[in-house]
Amino acid sequence: MKSRDLGLKAIFAVPLIVAILSLFGLVAALIGNGVWDVVGWATLGASVVILGWALVARRHR
Amino acid sequence: MKPGTIRAWSWVHKWSSLVSTVFLMMLCITGLPLVFTHEIDEVLLHQAWAPANPDGEKLDLDQVLAVALSRHPGDVPAFMSFDEDRPVVNVTSRAPDAPVGQFNFQPIDQTSGDAAPLVAGHPVMEFILQLHTDLFLGLAGMLFLGAMGLLLVAAVVSGVVLYAPFMRRLPFGTVRAAKSARTRWLDYHNLLGVVTVAWVLVVGVTGVINTLAVPIIDYWKATSLKELTAAYDAPVALTERSSLDQAVRRAKEVLPGMQLQFVAFPGSDYSTDHHYAVFFHGDAPLTEHLTTPALIDARTGELAAVKQMPWYVKALSLSQPLHFGDYGGLPLKILWGLLDLITIIVLGSGVYLWLAKGKTGRGAK
Repeated sequence: MKSRDLGLKAIFAVPLIVAILSLFGLVAALIGNGVWDVVGWATLGASVVILGWALVARRHR
Repeated sequence: MKPGTIRAWSWVHKWSSLVSTVFLMMLCITGLPLVFTHEIDEVLLHQAWAPANPDGEKLDLDQVLAVALSRHPGDVPAFMSFDEDRPVVNVTSRAPDAPVGQFNFQPIDQTSGDAAPLVAGHPVMEFILQLHTDLFLGLAGMLFLGAMGLLLVAAVVSGVVLYAPFMRRLPFGTVRAAKSARTRWLDYHNLLGVVTVAWVLVVGVTGVINTLAVPIIDYWKATSLKELTAAYDAPVALTERSSLDQAVRRAKEVLPGMQLQFVAFPGSDYSTDHHYAVFFHGDAPLTEHLTTPALIDARTGELAAVKQMPWYVKALSLSQPLHFGDYGGLPLKILWGLLDLITIIVLGSGVYLWLAKGKTGRGAK
């Protein structure tokens, strides 16, 4: 691996966080109603929000 | 990662995707309206309706059944279900010589016996659902789509593995917009694919489990319900059946606090040849997806057994909400729709990347 390569940790840090939040959200909305649903929307929705942020902020010219 | 390892994972990713893409695309496109089935049915089937005698006495379940069968003489009852927000009982029956899977479905006003309007299952939505479930091919179609779901899992796993070498010099989310179309779409494919991994795997795996519904229920009947059938030879005839209404009352007595969901008649998919299977679900958020049947001997009207479902039927039951996304209100459905659209882009860009690579690859050599 060349020195300027990113390590696995750097490559998978954000995807891993997104995956954990998504799974948490999918289960949260299933085990409860009311506040659990809201927590589910927020955490599963994080994947779409982070995608939107990346599309705007990480676009290279 | 060694070049040989990358080549091997690339091969898995390419072929698992190529074989399944057409079907996954169909599943994503039909799945999009299906997420909103309830809302679409409400619009398409909207019709002002009130029960004929809102304050009158309700027909008992035997009377409802008799009315329903009188409108389809010769039919055998299969299921009976109960609307939650109106006094309507739904009777599903089939002619003995009808093709497999062909049923007559009648919502009946329990205050009068009149036909009530349909509130779910608009023909257009039923068509889309059937296409999505089994390609109109019955069990073979279901199992085939299950195999496509397994290929999806292989494609996602190999895609995650390949994400590492592709992204080893690029911070998360990079889209090289100024580069060639193929480079740009590779970046989009990687980004859109990696943020949807968890959702796609959950929807994919639960979809595969749902395709196994028929063998799972058959196995449950062949094992859990087997000892209940030992005493009898021939299936219980229509004429020797005890009261359905009393059977449901008896079932309610042994499962107090649970919600009545549906009755499976003797000889139907969810019961034996000899019992009314009266299914209940819990009323907590998690347990409302889990069912427990009380089996009532259809000859004697006696309680035969209350069957707690084994783990594999519970897994099937929980796979349904996790696949359909209908368990957390409209915002969850909207997220389901967005993630489904993103998945369509991942599938489409994958095909594009394969086509574009073939072109430049051949041109360069």
